Amino acid sequence: MLEINNLHVKIAGEDKVILRSLTLKVAKGEVAAIMGPNGSGKSTLSYVIAGKPDYEVMDGEVLLDGVNILEMAPDERAAAGLFLAFQYPMEIPGVATMTFLKAAMNAQRKQRGQAELTTPEFIKRVNAAADLLGIPKDMLRRPLNVGFSGGEKKRMEILQMTLLEPKMSVMDETDSGLDIDALKIVAEGVNARRDPEHAFLVITHYQRLLDYIKPDTVHVMSRGRIVKTGGPELALELEANGYRDYQSAA
Amino acid sequence: MSRWRSLPEPTWARVSYPQIDFQDIYYYAAPKMNGAPKSLDEVDPAILDAYKKLGIPLREQEILAGVEPQNRVAVDAVFDSVSVVTTFRAELAKAGVIFCSISDALQEHPELVRKYIGSVVPVTDNYYATLNSAVFTDGSFVYIPKGVRCPMELSTYFRINEKNTGQFERTLIIAEEGSYVSYLEGCTAPQRDENQLHAAVVELVTMDDAEIKYSTVQNWYPGDANGRGGIYNFVTKRGDCRGKNSKISWTQVETGSAITWKYPSVILRGEGSRGEFYSIAVSNGMQQVDSGTKMIHLGKNTTSRIISKGISAGRSQNTYRGLVSAHRKATNARNFTNCDSLLIGNQCGAHTVPYIESKTSTATFEHEATTSKISEDQLFYCMQRGLTAEESTALIVNGFVKDVLQQLPMEFAVEAQKLISISLEGSVG
Ligand SMILES: Nc1ncnc2c1ncn2[C@@H]1O[C@H](COP(=O)(O)OP(=O)(O)OP(=O)(O)O)[C@@H](O)[C@H]1O
Ligand SMILES: [Mg+2]
Repeated sequence: MLEINNLHVKIAGEDKVILRSLTLKVAKGEVAAIMGPNGSGKSTLSYVIAGKPDYEVMDGEVLLDGVNILEMAPDERAAAGLFLAFQYPMEIPGVATMTFLKAAMNAQRKQRGQAELTTPEFIKRVNAAADLLGIPKDMLRRPLNVGFSGGEKKRMEILQMTLLEPKMSVMDETDSGLDIDALKIVAEGVNARRDPEHAFLVITHYQRLLDYIKPDTVHVMSRGRIVKTGGPELALELEANGYRDYQSAA
Repeated sequence: MSRWRSLPEPTWARVSYPQIDFQDIYYYAAPKMNGAPKSLDEVDPAILDAYKKLGIPLREQEILAGVEPQNRVAVDAVFDSVSVVTTFRAELAKAGVIFCSISDALQEHPELVRKYIGSVVPVTDNYYATLNSAVFTDGSFVYIPKGVRCPMELSTYFRINEKNTGQFERTLIIAEEGSYVSYLEGCTAPQRDENQLHAAVVELVTMDDAEIKYSTVQNWYPGDANGRGGIYNFVTKRGDCRGKNSKISWTQVETGSAITWKYPSVILRGEGSRGEFYSIAVSNGMQQVDSGTKMIHLGKNTTSRIISKGISAGRSQNTYRGLVSAHRKATNARNFTNCDSLLIGNQCGAHTVPYIESKTSTATFEHEATTSKISEDQLFYCMQRGLTAEESTALIVNGFVKDVLQQLPMEFAVEAQKLISISLEGSVG
């Protein structure tokens, strides 16, 4: 599904290199977790996959279903089935959450050559997804993310993921700032979509999330590269020993 | 006219333009036909066609067929300064409402027109108003009698068509005691290489407890990317809250014109009267906008509210210039002003120039201003959800102007939203 080969990335217009020789594969139906110390480049990786303009790819490739997406604009990547749940979701003042959701869903449909959703169909889908995630209706009328609590913003990311039905979801610390109930809800949001057609790349600092979303694979990232790959037991080991062993290895 | 020749052109606004050769403009460009049309069938089909393209139905049957009764809009269409047709006159007359061209009003209600015309904007008011008073040929006239709530929205569409034309129409609206009217003004002009001049005058009068809501969606041709062609929009708009507890509210969406120089204002004369100004001014390319309002508090307990949203893109300059003043007798006058500017790209400019004058210590004036840029991070966020760069910009801009868009009647709000997106096309990516 997602294949990253020998990726080298620096900050656009600067010399600062953040990702080096990074190689990573996420197969169809797989849930992969990335763990790693602060500043190791996890968010940068998620941004580069999604096409944020602040970064320059010096070498390497990112393939989605075998197609190199590095030349595609962010909206084209989204239409191709890529979703990023942001570590820090943006506020869009004056734009009702409902309006934003409808615009996003229809924009993707348009790019894929599908007809626009009718309003009743749209409302039906939003209500169903909001109920599932315990998002109150009045929040959907408020401007997107404006004045939302940290946890509410994260929940809103999962609502968008649910509605946009991406095949490849990258989740950047979606668990940070969530209370236990919200954490379970978010995990359910992922687990409900877990099937042979969908894949997830979950960035987290905490083993706790992985109790609810059982990963197939765990990658350790340090100083801009993947330094170790293993099964769920790797997360437990990190929880016990920290990153000490891996920082020298990088 | 001779008074106007003796006046210097104003130079204080933040706009620049080559001196206008006023001999070059035809002051009165009648659509080519003989005499005024008696009915729509006599109107040049080309004109009807032009209005159809603008989405403005002039035939009442068409309006009746397509739209719910409460949404009906009576239209007065003004082409190159001449009123070509007014719809729904008979039905409005039943309610006692007069809605016709100024030239018809002068024939049929000369005493009313004479009583009020020039009473809010005197002939000598300013350079462009004087020019208008000297040469104006037509415009719209509205009279709402005592206690009447006008049964439908009234609307005038202006279009400048002829080359080298100046449009100098005049609008006069009178709301008698306890009456209400909502009036919409739409403006368009096709693309021309030469500059055209629009120097209209609009006068509003409200008596006790009356209310006029005046909305404008202006889309004059702004000129090409290099600033060639486009309309010079130098308009004088003023409302006079003559009666107690009366209210005048200006809402404007300005997207076109090469140069806009426009300050719809309210004279708050009646005790407890209220003035409102809601504005969205979009500038792109080489456009220059210098717009704002004046709230002149003369009466006791008068209140005013100003919400201005300026959006600048390209190499344009967008200035809000506003005056709020309180007379010695305007005890407890209150004003709230909020000016927000949004910049797209880094070659444009936004400026806020508030003037405040208070001759009474009991007045309360509040002013808030912000300037922001559409952030790359916001754009990226929207694009990650599948919106193109332009769709993302339009969405963020619509959020920015929402408070003002809400003031417009529904049908106009939708139109205005589209217009804003269109005028910002090509400003990102
Ligand atoms: N636009 C930028 N300009 C300058 N430095 C940047 C930029 N983006 C990222 N960096 C730097 O790159 C490094 C990696 O940052 P990144 O946000 O990817 O780390 P992370 O692994 O997500 O950390 P955390 O666990 O704290 O979220 C950091 O040192 C960061 O300061
Ligand atoms: Mg991060």
